[in-house]
Amino acid sequence: MSANPANRSRLVDLGLRAYVVLAFAFVFAPIAASFVFSFNSDRFPSIPLGQMSLQWYQAVASDPLVWEGLRNTLGIGVIVGLVSTALGFGAAYTDFRFKFFGKQVYMALALLPPTIPVVIMGLAMLAYLSRIDLSGNALSVIIAHVVICAPFAMAIVRLRLSQMDADLEAAAWNLGASEWKAMAHVIVPFTLPAILGALFITMAVSFDEFAIAWFVSGLNETLPVKVLGFLQGQVSPRINAIGTFVFVLSMGLVIGAQVLLSQKSKE
Amino acid sequence: MEPLVSFEGVIKRYGDFVAVKKMDFTIRKGEFLAIMGSSGCGKTTTLRMLAGLDAPTEGVIRLSGQPIDHLPTWARDTPMVWQSLALFPFLNVRENVEFALKMRGMGRAARRQKAEHWLDRMQILEFADRNIAQLSGGQRQRVALARSLVVEPQILLLDEPLSALDAALKVRMQSVLKTLQRETGITFVYVTHSQSEAFSMADRVVIMSRGQIEQIGTPQEIYGTPRTRFVADFLGSSNIFTGTVRHSSAQGVEVETPDGPVTLTGGAFAAPPKAGETATLTVLDTKTQLGLVPPGGANAIRVRVIGEEFVGATATIYLETAQGREIRVQKSHDELAGLPLGIGQELFAHWSPTDSHLVAEA
Repeated sequence: MSANPANRSRLVDLGLRAYVVLAFAFVFAPIAASFVFSFNSDRFPSIPLGQMSLQWYQAVASDPLVWEGLRNTLGIGVIVGLVSTALGFGAAYTDFRFKFFGKQVYMALALLPPTIPVVIMGLAMLAYLSRIDLSGNALSVIIAHVVICAPFAMAIVRLRLSQMDADLEAAAWNLGASEWKAMAHVIVPFTLPAILGALFITMAVSFDEFAIAWFVSGLNETLPVKVLGFLQGQVSPRINAIGTFVFVLSMGLVIGAQVLLSQKSKE
Repeated sequence: MEPLVSFEGVIKRYGDFVAVKKMDFTIRKGEFLAIMGSSGCGKTTTLRMLAGLDAPTEGVIRLSGQPIDHLPTWARDTPMVWQSLALFPFLNVRENVEFALKMRGMGRAARRQKAEHWLDRMQILEFADRNIAQLSGGQRQRVALARSLVVEPQILLLDEPLSALDAALKVRMQSVLKTLQRETGITFVYVTHSQSEAFSMADRVVIMSRGQIEQIGTPQEIYGTPRTRFVADFLGSSNIFTGTVRHSSAQGVEVETPDGPVTLTGGAFAAPPKAGETATLTVLDTKTQLGLVPPGGANAIRVRVIGEEFVGATATIYLETAQGREIRVQKSHDELAGLPLGIGQELFAHWSPTDSHLVAEA
């Protein structure tokens, strides 16, 4: 920010502000529309709006299929978050601590999964998991989601570790901490905000992920897969209600992660 | 005095690079030892090997007579004060100081008491519950010292701990360190590139260059009688003359240099050089005199003034010989009174042959 207003052109300033508002409007307008229509009593989304109503939420809440999907989604999301954060932490620490032959290849491979098109990933997962008799259940969704979530967790933890004074761990050893104690008393406390952030983000990714889950979930459909089922049957404002709920949940997780991560990097 | 630490033929290689070449020296119990040299000379590697952060490629390091090579860092009692300080940012001052005690399994109450004793001793007890980020540089320095001293070790390693402080604070911390060392009797091993830090605090100084020890001795010994040309050059407080030996006996040496003959008499040297060999004589810049006419006797060199610098009570006069080599003379203002010192002024630099000193060429 320039402290002296004379250093800034008012026209450019105004233009940039307008640009930011437009960009956010473009991103959030559809979501906002879905949010508004989820509280609208009319069967079809049209203006003027009908009455304010919670009927679609009641309809969703009374549908056992939705509850089953939500249970699957939440259970899978929590497990995926825990497992992929643990794996991501391990990979990030390996990168931080050790130098070894082929390290660049190791890092490239570890970061690769999210760059693979999800349809290809889903198909490959289905083919592979069915071969080893693991397809069509919750475990298969967990495995597939961990594969795409662990790299995110690694990237987040790695960023935090890169902010650490390289002498910190050696200083702990020097003061009498074994490697495990230094891990527990120095590395984990230092990276804790990133670990929690990674946990939230990987959960959010798993909640929202549709394509791979569609391929491998079989009868244990997660909520996004169920939503597609609803859409294929009929267009109902119930979708708006589910969408709003999932959006709030995911945004909550992502905002939580953002708060944790930005707080600590100010140190 | 019995040796607390001994390095026996210690060598450290990184691939083809030899960081430390064949170190043999001992550290005495209760002394303040400074290891000094320019960056890359192997001083920090030496300290890290003692702390167990690096392993010697060859040789043995003994602590109280016992080899310690097989011990991991955390099993050695060799706490270190880091150049970066390496304080734990997620712990407050008290928790930082308690860390080593906690790792040793000491109970909460005992830990707290001991930490407070050392915080008090370092005069930072009032900051015990602050975060590290809220402290000034000098306060952090004290936390780092308390954190290492809280285990009351036999030996404390310090790796350029004052390098981040401003000049005034540096001087104050030097006296804090010196007093602390004297009062606790803990052996301090202090690595630095700063001559003023090493010479003002240490009982003995080790001067290193390119992985080797150039000289070990008290600050007075090293200053007065640098053993090698490197040391004389590094300290920068001597004028150095190299030439061919003309006469040599147990009583003295005469060396023919491009600037004229220089002689040494009555000095102590182990083996007088042979005539025809190359030899180097040094003389301290404080023992070098200036005059308008050459005095009788030897060691008078014709010079021209090229600059002067006043620092407090003393002045340093920069001179150039006929061969274009630089000579320095350090004198008080009184001693220089009456001497014309304009740039280009022709003078004679001279000194007593008993103030000459023979150094090894290596």
